[in-house]
Amino acid sequence: MSNIVLEKDIAHSHEQGHEDAGSMRVFGFWIYLMTDCILFATLFAGYAVLRDSVAGGPSTVDIFELPYVLAETALLLLSSITYGYAMLAMNRNDKAHVLRWLAVTFVLGCGFIAMEINEFHHLIEEGYGPDRSGFLTAFFTLVGTHGAHVLSGLVWMAILMAQVSTRGLTNTNTTRLSCLSLFWHFLDVVWICVFTVVYLLGVV
Amino acid sequence: MYNQSQVHSSAGTSHGSSRSYMVGFIISVVLTVIPFGLVMFPTLPRNITAWVVVALGVVQVFAHLKYFLHLDTASEQRWNLIALIFSVVIILLLVGLSLWIMDSIHHNMLAH
Repeated sequence: MSNIVLEKDIAHSHEQGHEDAGSMRVFGFWIYLMTDCILFATLFAGYAVLRDSVAGGPSTVDIFELPYVLAETALLLLSSITYGYAMLAMNRNDKAHVLRWLAVTFVLGCGFIAMEINEFHHLIEEGYGPDRSGFLTAFFTLVGTHGAHVLSGLVWMAILMAQVSTRGLTNTNTTRLSCLSLFWHFLDVVWICVFTVVYLLGVV
Repeated sequence: MYNQSQVHSSAGTSHGSSRSYMVGFIISVVLTVIPFGLVMFPTLPRNITAWVVVALGVVQVFAHLKYFLHLDTASEQRWNLIALIFSVVIILLLVGLSLWIMDSIHHNMLAH
């Protein structure tokens, strides 16, 4: 009798330990995101300093097409809410819907990356590559770093979709989904800053 | 329907509900479209537009933190919040001082 109670106790504390490990992992990931914030802050500071160093090349007003960038922003905003729906499905333990919403998020993210690559390609074709001026170097570094983050988020998402579909919503997978959720929404916050500081203030 | 979303999660962060995501999304769209409209179709003087755009951007960042990242002042969120406040201080120092230094260099060495 007491044995059973004891075993239950152990099982319970084991489970508790597992939950704590998961929450510690998410907290650790949050700390990483904060350091990533500081990385982006340095790039923003660099951009703000170099913004007017156009070296006779194009300035912000000449190369930014706001409606195009607004479409990119819309894709990223939509992907944020669809990821939110994936998390809600995860809380309901609804594997099929998690996979469906992740797939939608993945497609929207790919759309964003495709538009950004197209924009960069277009600029470089016209001879406005990162080697043209200090302003363009800072611009490509800042926006490119954000793009690289989104791209790695997409790779992570693809791997997680495979994991969830083969192994289901295990504790490990829900922790991973929570971390990716933070990462994805964080990238959205960084993009709001890029959209405001680089594009909108560039054209004002 | 989403009652269980109020339950404390296993992953340390609190969950939103379908409604909170929708509210966050609508706020985001409004706060993106207003500055976009102000910049595309200038109605205010330039520097007022710039300040409005920056202010709305800051509000939008807070909306995202609240509705998408579910950051609040609940005790299980305390450490997340402290880490965030610490990095905001670092970021303000980093960006503010960089701009200040570069501006005074420009002022002292080049312009005058």
